[in-house]
Amino acid sequence: MEFGLSTEQQLIVDTVRSFVENEMYPHEAEIERTGQVPLELGLEIRDKCRDLGFYAANMPEAVGGGGLNHLDFTLLERELGRPSMALSVFFGRPSGILLACEGEQRERYLLPAVRGERFDALAMTEPDAGSDVRGMKCYAKQDGGDWIINGSKHFISHADIADFVIVFVATGEEQTAQGKKKLITCFLVDRDTAGFEIRKGYQSVSHRGYHNCILNFDNCRVPAAQILGEVHQGFDMANKWLYGTRLTVAAFCVGRARRVFELALPYAAERKQFGQAIGRFQGVSFKLADMITEIDAADYLTLAAAWKMDQGLDADREIASAKLYATEMLARVTDQALQIFGGMGLMSDLPLERFWRDARVERIWDGTSEIQRHIISRHLLRPLGC
Amino acid sequence: MKILVAIKRVLDYSVKVRVKTDHSDVDLANAKMSMNPFCEIAVEEAVRLKEAGVASEIIVVSIGSKAVQETIRSAMAMGADRGIWIDSGEAALSPLTIAQLLAKVVQAEQPSVVLLGKQAIDSDDNQTGQMLAALCDYPQATFASKVTIADSKATVVREVDGGLQTLQLALPLVVTTDLRLNEPRYVKLPDIMKAKKKPLDTQTPESLGVSLNNSVKMIKVEPPSERKAGIMVPDVDALINSLKNQAKVL
Repeated sequence: MEFGLSTEQQLIVDTVRSFVENEMYPHEAEIERTGQVPLELGLEIRDKCRDLGFYAANMPEAVGGGGLNHLDFTLLERELGRPSMALSVFFGRPSGILLACEGEQRERYLLPAVRGERFDALAMTEPDAGSDVRGMKCYAKQDGGDWIINGSKHFISHADIADFVIVFVATGEEQTAQGKKKLITCFLVDRDTAGFEIRKGYQSVSHRGYHNCILNFDNCRVPAAQILGEVHQGFDMANKWLYGTRLTVAAFCVGRARRVFELALPYAAERKQFGQAIGRFQGVSFKLADMITEIDAADYLTLAAAWKMDQGLDADREIASAKLYATEMLARVTDQALQIFGGMGLMSDLPLERFWRDARVERIWDGTSEIQRHIISRHLLRPLGC
Repeated sequence: MKILVAIKRVLDYSVKVRVKTDHSDVDLANAKMSMNPFCEIAVEEAVRLKEAGVASEIIVVSIGSKAVQETIRSAMAMGADRGIWIDSGEAALSPLTIAQLLAKVVQAEQPSVVLLGKQAIDSDDNQTGQMLAALCDYPQATFASKVTIADSKATVVREVDGGLQTLQLALPLVVTTDLRLNEPRYVKLPDIMKAKKKPLDTQTPESLGVSLNNSVKMIKVEPPSERKAGIMVPDVDALINSLKNQAKVL
């Protein structure tokens, strides 16, 4: 068993750290203020990232990606969790599900996404179908060789900058032990398709500048050639390919928690009250002890889940545990860090209040904490017939 | 044309330096270590010279314990072709000993240009490059802020007190790099992966025929005295008064 990083892993971590510190941190305050990343800045980050060969580091070399394994990619994502998400999104990591592209789809969607020429966004959630994915209402009906999509999606992250969306829609229904469930198909839909509209979403408390969008489909006609995978197989496709996004959330939380900790620790050592550093008070020092212990625990859970995936082993339970623990850890760590900074921590002059706000969404998106607990407990109890 | 770059592994510039409780040295336990920033500039300059078609091969050399291999690999990821690790164990080495070891490598490799950082940010000696030039009987240009090599000659702009000095030197030569020579690049992901396949040769002081007679002994390390808190003054007159009578700098 090896807990240290190899020279290559250390170089990846150091390079990405230095990239986010130099190319992203200086823009964060302005993005918080305006809620917007100027597109030219985003594209500049994308171009630099492409030149460095880090763009699409998650994709195999065979399709032009960086070819990192899950563990190395998770180390990279841990660093990308440090800066504003509105900026790190341009450090491109196309959705892994695009590897399911076949034939012409590869030239049209997969390869341009890997080259950084086309951004993708993933659309699943609906106003009435959040965690209950198979309760979705957005549907597609076959019409000759085409499919006609109707309905809407919301909370679609970074669809504002997407050139195409990977959208999951209902194409039928089946009777299951839990009642009627939708059969789902995954479509690739270009931004400028007639009958498809990407609208501005809601103002979110978390991740300013990283926008959620609303997608409207109004008799949107899409040829069958734009179905990703097979008809009615969308839910299985999502389960097969999208587990990785949960590990991304866990890795981002660990990286951000370390950044927060690196602010809180020296502050506790330097800030004086009652004639001594506040770190001398057990009320503060024990907070730091708890914070670092939890950060390390989340870190190891996350890396262990990635390692398991690299071994080709089923890691669903471990990924769910990492996502659950890392997101809840981040909530506690940002809250305690803010407490250490006292009143000043609440002021937007310091980034603490931002980390605290940003932490809130992590327990909700990509599977709520409750869904993760459900996944974990089912893995434990199902084999016992419970 | 061959370029030899000597690099040093030091405490990372961002780490707050702690002194060991017995004052015998700086505490390096669990501290982040990196390539000395001036050495990084030297590697970058070598890579630029290679990219410009001036140099054909870049060799990096570093002296120390096994951990310096990691630093050599990061220079390889930046673009160096091969490395030499001089395994000196944990021994503390003086600039003269280091220059003697490097001189043996110069003798064996016969590079046209030897690039070094002007100083390492740990001991701040600023001696190795100069001593190496003397031992090899090479011309030297220290504190370089611009290096041009053409027609078997080097033109080096040096940062000196009061301005810039331009020197023309014959090859082979020793150049030590200053901060403004260049801005080191981020390493590329494919180059990180290639670095581990590049050849890394191991030498020892014995194999190079250098005895580690350390002429310098470190007696004691003290942290700098803590700066006293400043005072607020109500106006310019009070400021001038304080500078004159309290700080006594006017």
